[in-house]
Amino acid sequence: MAKNKIIVVGGGLSGLMATLKICEAGGEVDLFSYCPVKRSHSLCAQGGINACMDTKGEHDSIYEHFDDTVYGGDFLADQLAVKGMVEAAPKLIKMFDRMGVPFTRTPEGVLDLRNFGGQKNKRTCFAGSTTGQQLLYALDEQVRRWEVKGGVNKYEFWEFVKIIKNKDGICRGIVAQSMNSMEIKAFPADVVILATGGPGQVFGRCTASTICNGSAVSAVYQQGAAIGNPEFIQIHPTAIPGSDKNRLMSEACRGEGGRVWVYRDGKPWYFLEEMYPAYGNLVPRDVASRAIFKVCVHMGMGIDGDRRVYLDLSHIPADYLERKLGGIIEIYSEFVGKDPRKVPMEIFPSVHYSMGGIYVDRRHFTTVPGLMASGECDHQYHGANRLGANSLLSAAYSGTVSGPEAMKYCKEGKQGADLTEAELEAARQEVQAEYDKIRQMNGSENAHKLHQEMGEIMYEFVSIERDNIGLDKCLAKLKEILKRWNDIGVTDHGNWANQEAMFVRQLRNMILYAMAITKAARCRDESRGAHAKIVLDAQGQRVTDADGELQFMPRNDERFMKTTVVTYDPKTEEPIVNYEEFEHSLIKARPRNYAVAKKE
Amino acid sequence: MAEQKKTITFIIERQDSPTSAPYTQEFEIPYRPALNVVASLMEIQKNPVTKDGKKVAPVTWECNCLEKVCGACMMVINGKARQACCALIDELEQPIRLAPARTFPVIRDLLIDRSVMFESLKRVQAWVEVDGTWEVKDAPIQNPYTATTAYEISHCMTCGCCLEACPNVGPQSDFIGASPSVQAYLFNLHPLGKFDKEKRLNALMGKGGITGCGNSQNCVEVCPKNIKLTTYLAQLNRDVNKQALKNIFNK
Repeated sequence: MAKNKIIVVGGGLSGLMATLKICEAGGEVDLFSYCPVKRSHSLCAQGGINACMDTKGEHDSIYEHFDDTVYGGDFLADQLAVKGMVEAAPKLIKMFDRMGVPFTRTPEGVLDLRNFGGQKNKRTCFAGSTTGQQLLYALDEQVRRWEVKGGVNKYEFWEFVKIIKNKDGICRGIVAQSMNSMEIKAFPADVVILATGGPGQVFGRCTASTICNGSAVSAVYQQGAAIGNPEFIQIHPTAIPGSDKNRLMSEACRGEGGRVWVYRDGKPWYFLEEMYPAYGNLVPRDVASRAIFKVCVHMGMGIDGDRRVYLDLSHIPADYLERKLGGIIEIYSEFVGKDPRKVPMEIFPSVHYSMGGIYVDRRHFTTVPGLMASGECDHQYHGANRLGANSLLSAAYSGTVSGPEAMKYCKEGKQGADLTEAELEAARQEVQAEYDKIRQMNGSENAHKLHQEMGEIMYEFVSIERDNIGLDKCLAKLKEILKRWNDIGVTDHGNWANQEAMFVRQLRNMILYAMAITKAARCRDESRGAHAKIVLDAQGQRVTDADGELQFMPRNDERFMKTTVVTYDPKTEEPIVNYEEFEHSLIKARPRNYAVAKKE
Repeated sequence: MAEQKKTITFIIERQDSPTSAPYTQEFEIPYRPALNVVASLMEIQKNPVTKDGKKVAPVTWECNCLEKVCGACMMVINGKARQACCALIDELEQPIRLAPARTFPVIRDLLIDRSVMFESLKRVQAWVEVDGTWEVKDAPIQNPYTATTAYEISHCMTCGCCLEACPNVGPQSDFIGASPSVQAYLFNLHPLGKFDKEKRLNALMGKGGITGCGNSQNCVEVCPKNIKLTTYLAQLNRDVNKQALKNIFNK
């Protein structure tokens, strides 16, 4: 009997984990990636991966990890999905350890653990400050082994363009394009798993790699897959602002004792420690980012009046820093030219991660039969805010779910009719025609400039603080940008490694994804996790209280403890927003307040 | 001084296809503090016009992370193989000369094909032969000092700087280069990986193997991750020789 053929798009942690599971179950994988999978964005994760190992005498428990994740996510994560993830975490760590991940160890040779935001116990396993790189390499090596054994065919430097459905609407293949020869080809499969990562590039400057553009997610959204919770975009509190990208300074800095401050009356003001005495510098990311934004933007107390605050490690012994945070200290020294061992770093929040993504059930199936999603590109596990070091966990864990579920689906024979040669060719031709049209675009707009403009708009209206007037403005501007996309002119009309034409195609997808984020943010009239909405009065002015503090809409569980489900309207090209119930029966929702110790 | 820095000049070696002849073009972009080579190439993308006013196709290159972790943006900058993302303009002499790393086949402009390095990782079996991704039992405890060495080597991002700089990698020799060779050493350190130590050492004998290393020390000079490549190559060389003797006596 022929092996089941599964297409995995994306070779980060989730895609590679799914690939391994499929190979082990006897399936065959066609693995597509923008780059050699070893260069995928998972490697940018720095601080660590959470798992209840309980090796620090703190009586940590899986339940505590479960509760921290649900509470940290402001009660918007599917609790059964989260439960599965936290229970599997310690087993995954042991697997990675066996595979050779060089985790940082204690003097007696067991895995060391560190503190991370939103968690009181030491629960974060780490390999210096390059944990993502090390985990990704381990899976890359194991997949290479399967490549040699047979089971994996890599299509590196191939771009996923769209899915192909059979006559019954079941996804049975993809169209992809070689990024070098520009050849466009249709590939049939039994199931397709997207593991294409986050949409950071929608915001232009962010902590993500240049390949994290959300284009694949947007493509399947336009083909009928729903998107869940796209309005929840994590802004990481500590990044080095840059003109090409904002470079992440791991939460591990604070986990290892780093302190955030600005000058007040000529003395350091450790504002996080003052505002949130229970968690101090280790409040979750949404909370820390809002506080830094407030100090810089509303109070005008950033460094030299600028949008910067200090992240200080200089009080920590240099050899300890080297061992625990070496990799990121190198990044800061290299790109800023100052030594964080000696002087405080200057940082500001940056777009970092998308809690939302393709809407999936707990088995990782999307709303399009035969199409699955796993990793950052899915909407599962994090609710309204992700805890630090839960992303490597959700990426790896989701692959251990999506891979086996894909095989199970094949074995149950749910994939329906194979694609005919004619259907494959028709899909190929459609993409070919679109691409040829892009290659001939002769308008006046430069795609990269248009992209920059979109990023600036998204930062202005849909980042740390949002209000409904701004969101309406943003939507109008995005529609205008979508129109202006038609007037792009390309300078490269060639047909060999034409990166410009590919970018133009990605940009259109990014604009449509930006509209989904913005519309979902507009419709959610509450504040929850990373989504903080300011109250406006009847005149459209921002409301403040007696002390001049901005007023945010409160969390509204009755109306909005629901998953946002966004679908695409092909007629208007606009997003349609609906809400769905999700599983939250295990831990009862309670107010989230990091100024005091968490109560269960 | 400030006056001079208002623009930055690049001389970029371009090539339209793998078989066409290379040529150079000059570009000028406005100066910004903290600018690096990748950010400069992005500026050129926004306005792909040469210094003498000719509208051209934007320069093609590869990049992902821009944090010196992914290894994608390796190119030759002012004669030295390095990552473009952390090549800060303020620290480079102008005009800045960019060229592809020609140890590898050029695809287009600065974009190169490094698949040979990933093939070499297959040859040296750079992985641990785990039974599977399922739970077995606890992973073995590891000596923290050995683990520190493993961590250092495991930073290797397969960027290819060490191959580009090596006089023994190229048409004149089959040497697979420092990076993939030293990966064999890495897996020989692991408590489970060392079970297959002999296989890896045998894979480093013969054509393209460790004897291809001429000890020029160039690799360690250019390694962007400061991996002590020559130290590990020397240890590996000793291990391979020991294995070769063992092979003779065990025949």
